[in-house]
Amino acid sequence: MKLYCLSGHPTLPCNVLKFKSTTIMLDCGLDMTSTLNFLPLPLVQSPRLSNLPGWSLKDGNAFLDKELKECSGHVFVDSVPEFCLPETELIDLSTVDVILISNYHCMMALPYITEHTGFTGTVYATEPTVQIGRLLMEELVNFIERVPKAQSASLWKNKDIQRLLPSPLKDAVEVSTWRRCYTMQEVNSALSKIQLVGYSQKIELFGAVQVTPLSSGYALGSSNWIIQSHYEKVSYVSGSSLLTTHPQPMDQASLKNSDVLILTGLTQIPTANPDGMVGEFCSNLALTVRNGGNVLVPCYPSGVIYDLLECLYQYIDSAGLSNIPFYFISPVANSSLEFSQIFAEWLCHNKQTKVYLPEPPFPHAELIQTNKLKHYPSLHGDFSSDFRQPCVVFTGHPSLRFGDVVHFMELWGKSSLNTVIFTEPDFSYLEALAPYQPLAMKCIYCPIDTRLNFIQVSKLLKEVQPLHVVCPEQYTQPPPAQSHRMDLMVDCQPPAMSYRRAEVLALPFKRRYEKIEIMPELADALVPMEIKPGISLATVSAVLHTKDNKHVLQPPPRPAQPTGGKKRKRASDDIPDCKVLKPLLSGSIPVEQFVQTLEKHGFSDIKVEDTAKGHIVLLQEAETLIQIEEDSTHIICDNDEMLRVRLRDLVLKFLQKF
Amino acid sequence: MDPECSQLLPALCAVLADPRQPMADDTCLEKLLDWFKTITEAGSSLLLLQENPCLVELLCHMLKPQDLSSRVLSFSLRLTGVFAAQEDCFQYLQQGELLPRLFGEAGPLGGAAWTAPTVRSGWIQGLRSLARHPSALHFLADCGAVDTIFSLQGDSSLFVASAAGQLLVHILGLSMQGPADGPPSLQAGDWPACAKKIVGHIEESLRSTATPQITQALNVLTTTFGHCHDPWTRVLWVRLSPLVAGLLEKDPVPAAHSLVDLLLSVARSPGLSSSSCGLWETLAQTLSRLSPTQAGPLALGILKLQDCPQALRAQAFAVLLQPLACVLKATAQAPGASGVLDGTVGDFATVDTLLPSKAACVGLLCRTLAHLELLLPLPQRPCPWPQAPLLGAAVTLLQLCQGSASPTSDTGHHLCALLLGCVRVQRAALDFLGTLSQGTGPPELVTEVFAVLLEYLRSPDSSPTVLKKAFQATFRWLLSSPKTPGCWDLDPQALLFLRELLPVLQKRLCSPCWEVRDSGLEFLTQMTGRWGGQAGFRHALLASEVPKLTEQLLRDPESYVRASAVAATGQLSSQGLCISPASPEHPGGQQKSPLSELLHILSTDSEGFPRRAAMHVFTQWLRDSHADVVGDTEEFVAGVLQVASQDLDWEVRAQGLELALVFLEQTLGQPGSPCPYAVTPPVVAPACPLAQALQPLCRVRLFEFAFRALFDCDRPVAQKSCDLLLFLRAKMASSSSPQEARSSPDVASVEAALQRWQAGDQAQPLGDLEPEVVLAVLKSMDLEGLRGALAESSDHVEKSPQSLLQDMLATVGILGENEADCY
Repeated sequence: MKLYCLSGHPTLPCNVLKFKSTTIMLDCGLDMTSTLNFLPLPLVQSPRLSNLPGWSLKDGNAFLDKELKECSGHVFVDSVPEFCLPETELIDLSTVDVILISNYHCMMALPYITEHTGFTGTVYATEPTVQIGRLLMEELVNFIERVPKAQSASLWKNKDIQRLLPSPLKDAVEVSTWRRCYTMQEVNSALSKIQLVGYSQKIELFGAVQVTPLSSGYALGSSNWIIQSHYEKVSYVSGSSLLTTHPQPMDQASLKNSDVLILTGLTQIPTANPDGMVGEFCSNLALTVRNGGNVLVPCYPSGVIYDLLECLYQYIDSAGLSNIPFYFISPVANSSLEFSQIFAEWLCHNKQTKVYLPEPPFPHAELIQTNKLKHYPSLHGDFSSDFRQPCVVFTGHPSLRFGDVVHFMELWGKSSLNTVIFTEPDFSYLEALAPYQPLAMKCIYCPIDTRLNFIQVSKLLKEVQPLHVVCPEQYTQPPPAQSHRMDLMVDCQPPAMSYRRAEVLALPFKRRYEKIEIMPELADALVPMEIKPGISLATVSAVLHTKDNKHVLQPPPRPAQPTGGKKRKRASDDIPDCKVLKPLLSGSIPVEQFVQTLEKHGFSDIKVEDTAKGHIVLLQEAETLIQIEEDSTHIICDNDEMLRVRLRDLVLKFLQKF
Repeated sequence: MDPECSQLLPALCAVLADPRQPMADDTCLEKLLDWFKTITEAGSSLLLLQENPCLVELLCHMLKPQDLSSRVLSFSLRLTGVFAAQEDCFQYLQQGELLPRLFGEAGPLGGAAWTAPTVRSGWIQGLRSLARHPSALHFLADCGAVDTIFSLQGDSSLFVASAAGQLLVHILGLSMQGPADGPPSLQAGDWPACAKKIVGHIEESLRSTATPQITQALNVLTTTFGHCHDPWTRVLWVRLSPLVAGLLEKDPVPAAHSLVDLLLSVARSPGLSSSSCGLWETLAQTLSRLSPTQAGPLALGILKLQDCPQALRAQAFAVLLQPLACVLKATAQAPGASGVLDGTVGDFATVDTLLPSKAACVGLLCRTLAHLELLLPLPQRPCPWPQAPLLGAAVTLLQLCQGSASPTSDTGHHLCALLLGCVRVQRAALDFLGTLSQGTGPPELVTEVFAVLLEYLRSPDSSPTVLKKAFQATFRWLLSSPKTPGCWDLDPQALLFLRELLPVLQKRLCSPCWEVRDSGLEFLTQMTGRWGGQAGFRHALLASEVPKLTEQLLRDPESYVRASAVAATGQLSSQGLCISPASPEHPGGQQKSPLSELLHILSTDSEGFPRRAAMHVFTQWLRDSHADVVGDTEEFVAGVLQVASQDLDWEVRAQGLELALVFLEQTLGQPGSPCPYAVTPPVVAPACPLAQALQPLCRVRLFEFAFRALFDCDRPVAQKSCDLLLFLRAKMASSSSPQEARSSPDVASVEAALQRWQAGDQAQPLGDLEPEVVLAVLKSMDLEGLRGALAESSDHVEKSPQSLLQDMLATVGILGENEADCY
């Protein structure tokens, strides 16, 4: 069993598991932090961005000044943003049989895999994952396609040139493999390969293994996966949460008794408690708005935004913010808000029960109804006429490199009354803000990451007790910035195995058993003999038939019947017609009793020697020795067949035959 | 006993003796017993029994084999004890063989009724009351009660077991008082048989291997030494101390908590602690033998003792400091950094063994902090007090809980993992840190204290209770920050801190959690009250958004927050720190003045707390001659009283009377008993005639308010109003007013109206009152009588013994007929 690790990002995993002749890809995350190296794509021509000076080498060589721009001491690529794909060279991706998706954030690289690698398999995901994943991809494509950029920089990627660049460009990994965003056509084609599954549904893969999605509690439709055969069980835990937010709670019990547990997608901000952060978010929002400032919340169109809107729903009246407009701007804003209301079966119990009242499960419906929350596909159109300040704007993309957020950063960045509040933990807020410097607006970092923290992981592992834990290397040591926090790492026994990008891991786990079925007529003919209380044995002669990874013992073909005679069949005819078999022996020989028996039968001068594997009984007079080992007994005597047979019979007395 | 009760008693006794008529409510029996106790304390029990033979009949009735309720049986046993406490009555009951039959083997003891804990408890309490005289001792010896008490010490009911132990102590004390011919010899061999028996039992228990028995013996001794300081107790201790010391040899030390209690009880006993009976050695040995958790309370107890050897105190203090020393050592950057605490500790191993478990670690640390907090304000606290290391330890603990400490050892890492986010330790450490503000510390440590406090106030993960404590500790540290002589303002360092603090406070005032907003406002009120007049503070506060946010919080949806915002606004306004209506930020001038905002709250708020807070603020404003009030005090008082009189909350009305009293005092001069330490002489009463002085009071309709309050359905309001009017009448008497009470038609109509008011019909207003009419009405009113009636508790009628007896009879009598009748 091997694990191929194609992504180095612990929360955007992409691993391939080879298990029992199947090749299973676990998640397909797309590392978008690469876009932070690029200049933002403004919706409206930005004089500031277009007038940034080109970057030149220390010696004054300015051949890169068209590709690289400098802003407040940082260098950015002036080109269409590109993404860092999962490793494609480590394993032939056309051999992947299935892809299991755990949540909508972990499927963003899907079009790259399904459309460009010769992939012919099936993708499995739950319905909300697919629908919201589609929205995220649609938004991404829309954000990038609506601001076409003539230039595509590639010179800087040359390895010899990259060495000369300042950090972080210098240290960016595998820039040659970075790719531009996929198209909507590719998205549709990729999504058409997905087969929908429900929680706890058992899916057979070629008869060899069974895969099952389990609720992971992190997002709508998010799942962990169980991959099991008859005697082995691998759990794949990715992006799980034990907090009570909107999704169905995590199913922990089904993860018990795993041989291997692959653990990914833990919280990216282990020191920030989501409850505290939500409080911070609300306080800072109110403080800004009360002072007449605007609040900008860069976010994804689904996920935490539902919880934030719910908190604000409860908070705005108490904070006297009822008159402040909330805008949600995204090409998929409407679909996102409406989809969230129809996936009742995937929601937590409280929200499910609301549906029967009947009430919309999320209170943002009421915010929309009362005109407190308004949503728009983009800045253009209705929004510009409705726009009123001070206000709160939720919009993407959290990287601040594309999407409507770029416009608001340009618009509001100059006033210290305004605040940008970062809630998505995927991007470093300082790096995200770098191309907007100098910035007067206040920046608040309230990352809300509801995924498991290390205390919860430790409890989970104690509860489910896997034999082995496998996780990204980042989880096996404290974060570099807090090296003294020994509590911020996975702590289990035996220690977790770690992996990094482009590594192949042989999992410490040997398959020892295979299930074989036995045909009923063959089973009928068995004559078991009890050799110990509770243990019976029977011999069987049969033909092993293997097809579709299933093994069946069938009766052996009968010898050809003599032609002509029409005798009645006898039952015994069904018994395999083989030559007479020697009985099988079992049991062990107690040396002391054996020696006594020999003495009783007239042998004297017996010596017993202990050897590494058993004993040697020496019959000195007869110049004979009997070697007794765990699984064999030899009688060595000089051509005295009579003696050998006598001794053999004495040995056999101690053994059982059947 | 009054004749009415005597008449009711036979019927009641019959009811009690009748098993078919169970007493539903045993509180009646308790009240009945209390009543008999009062009677017997005041007079002769014998006489009582002779006059009411039904009582003896009731007791005799208990002896008959029957299905009696255990409650009544228990009651009878206790009642017997109450009667037999007097020796003549004891003899009387002895004659009838009643006592041995009730308390001896022939009684409930050993019968089926004995299985009920209440009967066993009654038996013990009966004996406890009875054991008052030497005859009782003989009786106890004859009926073998002491052996039974020994066995009851281990009773399954904790109440019974504890009472048995106390009874033993009582009997021991009684027997050592000796007969009339003087106390027994101090030689233990000559002690009375009963005392010998009890001491023998204690000795045997102390030698036992069973912890429960040892605990019982230790508890008996603790009570003995705690209550009795006669010379014989010293003999007892000398005799038993080797056995007690023997317990320390065992591993683990059995019944450690009880042992600690005993040793402290002995040490506190005046006859014992001063003598050289090896007590200090035993204490020192115990300190070293017990685990840190067990030794903590002992160490604290030792340090609280007035006179004990210095070496022992040092040892006890070291034990108390041990856990904190361990924390400091585990996180110290350099060896020896834990300062004084370092040298005092010998036994790190013990502490280290405790640290692996979170519950033990948190428990030990919290207890240690609580002990030290108790010790700090005491005059006998150890000297020199290791202020700096303790400050360092408290800061380190807080950093460990927050994850901001950088431990240098494995123990430190372990501690960090155990304490991270632990709210209990955070609360205890913040409390302790606050207490430490009474002392000083090295400047760099004080800087660290402020830094850690700011860290807590900023942290989004601080729970509301932790935050509240952090605010409290911050206030205390700001109070103690060094002051420039002659200047009450904050020192420059504290002002710098304040500039960092105010943005945090701003954010906290916007918190979604109402507890946080509330404690933020309380903190603001405290700060403004203390430094509101100082330039540095004023400047910083006015430069922030805090005053504006406070004003917005007057409309908070949570009533507690509104109440705190009212208090804060009151304080800010008193100091002139409210945003003025015509501030440049609000050129439209739409902003209401604090006075009208608060009046609005008083008249419209649906919850009581904000309205009460508004009344408090108004009273304070009136007292302090607030600028908005001084302008037209009469209009202000009239307005407030009018709104307050219609309030449904009695506390608001009572506070209205407080405000009325302040106005009254200001109008007429100081009340009758001015503060004897007041620097300024009391304001001299105006020279003008009283009637004239009362004019303003009439104009603000104070009397209508006060008279209405006098007949208020809530007693505290009526009492307060009564006091106010009595004060006024006293004023009237002292002033040589020439006015005579005139029987004018006005007076008559007011008196008639007041009578209607008293009857509950308060619809009709009194109209405009003239001072003379008021004076006449006041003179004619029986205010003293009213005050007396109001002073009686509302159930004084129902509390009489007669009522009790009637109730008990009524309950039983009508039980079957009218179950719906609650009374």
